Amino acid sequence: MRAFAYHAPSSLAEAVAVLEREGPGGRILAGGTDLLVQAKERGSVPRYVVSLRDVHELSRVSFDEAGGLEIGARVSLGEVADHPEIRRRFSAISTGASLVGSYQIQNRGTVGGNLCNAAPSADCAPPLLVLDAVIDVHGATGRREIPLVDFFVGPGRTVLGADEVLVSIRVPSPPSKSGSAYLRHTPRQEMDIAVVGVAASVALDARGDVASLRVALGAVGPTPFLAREAGARAVGQAPDDATIAEVARIAAGEARPISDQRGSAAWRRHLVEVLARRAIKIAIGRALAA
Amino acid sequence: MPRMIVNARINGEEHELFTDPHRTLLEALRDTIGLTGTKEGCGTGDCGACTVLLDGSPVNACLVLAPEVEGKEVITIEGIATDNTLHPVQEAFVNEGGLQCGICTPGMVLSAVALLDRNPTPTETEIRYAIAGNLCRCTGYDKIVRAIEVAAEASR
Ligand SMILES: Cc1cc2nc3c(=O)[nH]c(=O)nc-3n(C[C@H](O)[C@H](O)[C@H](O)COP(=O)(O)OP(=O)(O)OC[C@H]3O[C@@H](n4cnc5c(N)ncnc54)[C@H](O)[C@@H]3O)c2cc1C
Ligand code: FES
Ligand code: FES
Repeated sequence: MRAFAYHAPSSLAEAVAVLEREGPGGRILAGGTDLLVQAKERGSVPRYVVSLRDVHELSRVSFDEAGGLEIGARVSLGEVADHPEIRRRFSAISTGASLVGSYQIQNRGTVGGNLCNAAPSADCAPPLLVLDAVIDVHGATGRREIPLVDFFVGPGRTVLGADEVLVSIRVPSPPSKSGSAYLRHTPRQEMDIAVVGVAASVALDARGDVASLRVALGAVGPTPFLAREAGARAVGQAPDDATIAEVARIAAGEARPISDQRGSAAWRRHLVEVLARRAIKIAIGRALAA
Repeated sequence: MPRMIVNARINGEEHELFTDPHRTLLEALRDTIGLTGTKEGCGTGDCGACTVLLDGSPVNACLVLAPEVEGKEVITIEGIATDNTLHPVQEAFVNEGGLQCGICTPGMVLSAVALLDRNPTPTETEIRYAIAGNLCRCTGYDKIVRAIEVAAEASR
């Protein structure tokens, strides 16, 4: 690896100040599981890194009914995967985090890094998209909030400015009769990148019909994205097999897969339909049990 | 950027590591302090040969920058036996034939130690999941899984 400089500020404000002072070519270092692999394999070595090592204010997970869930930028994927409240109320998120790499990767990697790296196959993205996540960002010009649906621009690209730091990921408390799920297909069970990832969230109304339904897709487009038509179609319908099949079919139509060494476009589209059906079914089951 | 000093507790001893900031923990362990038990397979997080425990949790030392371990506790394969007594996991690997060439073994053993620390009675599925990030080109895994089961029984 080519040499680079290392900064370890002890607060968020100081981290932003370092980015502003040092200028272009800097990178935030969270877990480093993407950054260091890219530096070694692709030679994309930053001029300097700003480590979140000592920014302790970013290492918290908090949840309360009114404020919802907040995951700090330094929280490990492993902590998110094991968090009892996330597992119970935000199942798709804990599943997404638990599927990333191995225990070794999950102990270092972060949800924030997974989003900022912006791989089309990022396993935390579809779950957070169906649960309406908002990204809290701090930069030289102050704080701003970015809905996750507006965050990704293309493979490896987000709307984050060079002097901006992702502070936390916030997710509103899900309504009472609701549930979510995330499924992905990989040739190998662990330590593999999704060929397709599908998340679903469902909320039921007092009569038991679908009040809202969201489906988000990974690895079948330049970014992870919400399949909006599929979700809209289900509203007001009974959560039965016919509705599920139709939503899944529409979601498959919204996918924009490419063919590559991990799978053909047609196969990926087929997988979207199958996984969407299964994920919606699990989410409905969880909503009924909630 | 100039070299820097990183203070860390490695296998129970305080160390001052004098390192370039872009060096990994793996390089610091092997090249700076001569703890060569930790192996490099891929260098990119895929094989687990470089697994060490960082504050008790398994991590890939090839993907941790050396300065990231400031103030932390690192346990390597050299740090789990006590005096001349092997750790129960090491003992079980020997007795069950859980290794052949040995390159994956330090990482496998540390993943197993971390598993048994947090779950003393793992199922076979939990064992296989815990070593999913540790590749072995020789054994076919079954004897490794058996060794971890035996170690779990022995530690009870
Ligand atoms: C062996 C292996 C297996 C993997 N398997 C999977 C998998 O199954 N699924 C999957 O989705 N990913 C996988 N990954 C990729 C990676 O582990 C995840 O994307 C992880 O979540 C990245 O988090 P990190 O904290 O390590 O990010 P880092 O490497 O620290 O950062 C990634 C990028 O985001 C930027 N960044 C990080 N945090 C911030 C912040 N707070 N503000 C601004 N910018 C920031 C960094 O500058 C960098 O550009 C794997 C990686 C490896 C090495
Ligand atoms: S050498 Fe670190 S995971 Fe392969
Ligand atoms: S014993 Fe040779 S790689 Fe596992």
